Amino acid sequence: MKPAPFDYVLAENAEQALAVLAQEGDAARVLAGGQSLVPMLNMRLARPGMVVDISRLHDLAAIHAGNHAISVGAMVRQADLLAHPHLADSHPLLAQALPWIGHPQTRAQGTVCGSLAHADPSAELPLLLTALDGSVTLRSRRGRRELSAVDFFLGMMTTDCAADEMIEQVRFPAKRPGAGYAFREFSRRDGDFAIVACAAAVTADGIELTLGGVGDRPHRRVWERLSGSALDDALNEFAWQSDARDDQHASARLRRDLVRSLGRQTIEEAQACRE
Amino acid sequence: MQRMKAGTDVPVTLRLNGRSVSGRAEPRTLLSDFLRHELGMTGTHIGCEHGVCGACTVRIDGRMARACLTFAVQADGRAVETVEGLAPETGRLSVLQEAFKRHFALQCGYCTPGILMSLDTLLRDEPDADEERITEVLGGHLCRCTGYAPIVAAALDAAARLRGDIEDV
Repeated sequence: MKPAPFDYVLAENAEQALAVLAQEGDAARVLAGGQSLVPMLNMRLARPGMVVDISRLHDLAAIHAGNHAISVGAMVRQADLLAHPHLADSHPLLAQALPWIGHPQTRAQGTVCGSLAHADPSAELPLLLTALDGSVTLRSRRGRRELSAVDFFLGMMTTDCAADEMIEQVRFPAKRPGAGYAFREFSRRDGDFAIVACAAAVTADGIELTLGGVGDRPHRRVWERLSGSALDDALNEFAWQSDARDDQHASARLRRDLVRSLGRQTIEEAQACRE
Repeated sequence: MQRMKAGTDVPVTLRLNGRSVSGRAEPRTLLSDFLRHELGMTGTHIGCEHGVCGACTVRIDGRMARACLTFAVQADGRAVETVEGLAPETGRLSVLQEAFKRHFALQCGYCTPGILMSLDTLLRDEPDADEERITEVLGGHLCRCTGYAPIVAAALDAAARLRGDIEDV
């Protein structure tokens, strides 16, 4: 339970970090808050030759709240986003869901972008970025590119982030006028990864449901207004199309059951928030 | 830019419970091991070493942190607080520690240092923390002896005393 040896670089600015990533490629991993990477190192599930610490890059610790979105830099801790003033007004889904991430102790250190880079399919943040149709800005010495959540998450702990890139910031679009949002999660214990998590948005035009914990990445589905048995049928179809996985925590069948029940509850709660 | 080679010790200097201390660590040395083996501060306990159990919880620059998810080199120049720093003086316990004693909020005591650091931080930052909030913060710790109820009772008692709602000792 100790990490394998690695070289360590303490970056003083983003350019230094990017230069090291460009030189080291796959051998290097970026260390921000450490709440996802360090457990992987301690368990030797990851054995990078070099760790690039960006925790002293204060430029990346900024939150910018605009009218249409909130931008969150690579060194913003989850607790800081949760404590951001007016988050519940501008981003009710984030305000509801962020307390479900880990524990207060891990949120005090863990970064928003770090959890997204880790891309655990049961983690809340990939689900939230997908649900809100957010985007990720990747930076390398070659330049910057912005990817939608759908294009960023490629599979189980796999993203489109290249070896020489790092997440510079992520962007969560703000609440749409007249929309209601809700988040629900089923896990064995408080603070555990989700067996199934659901985020719903209900607008005048329709229903959106995003699932976490079911398949190898978050899945989002948009329907026109549905209710009653038509909604049950839609949820059943979604459950079967989400590649629910069997693992030590739950069977695929339980996950599909939860999509049907928890999914419906989440949609109904979002509907109620709208009214 | 500081570059450190794997397997090579480098000096690490930090403020530990208000005093400047130094030691040596290689890049992969966890802060938990650095505190215990290099600095001899064995109050911080080590349980799971992947951030789940909470036994190694300390404060870094005023925020709760898992010492097992922090490298010693990252703590260079930072203010680190451990359970050894909670008592106001030798032979006297903090209000929270006294409450733990009064309510039998520990048995084997293995998880206690981490829980004390979390609850001390909570009561400092949120003096009005209620049972729900205390339970939420306690959720980041595993205790296999107490069943948690006496820990919650101790935290509520300490919170009331720190607010001045209860005056006697």
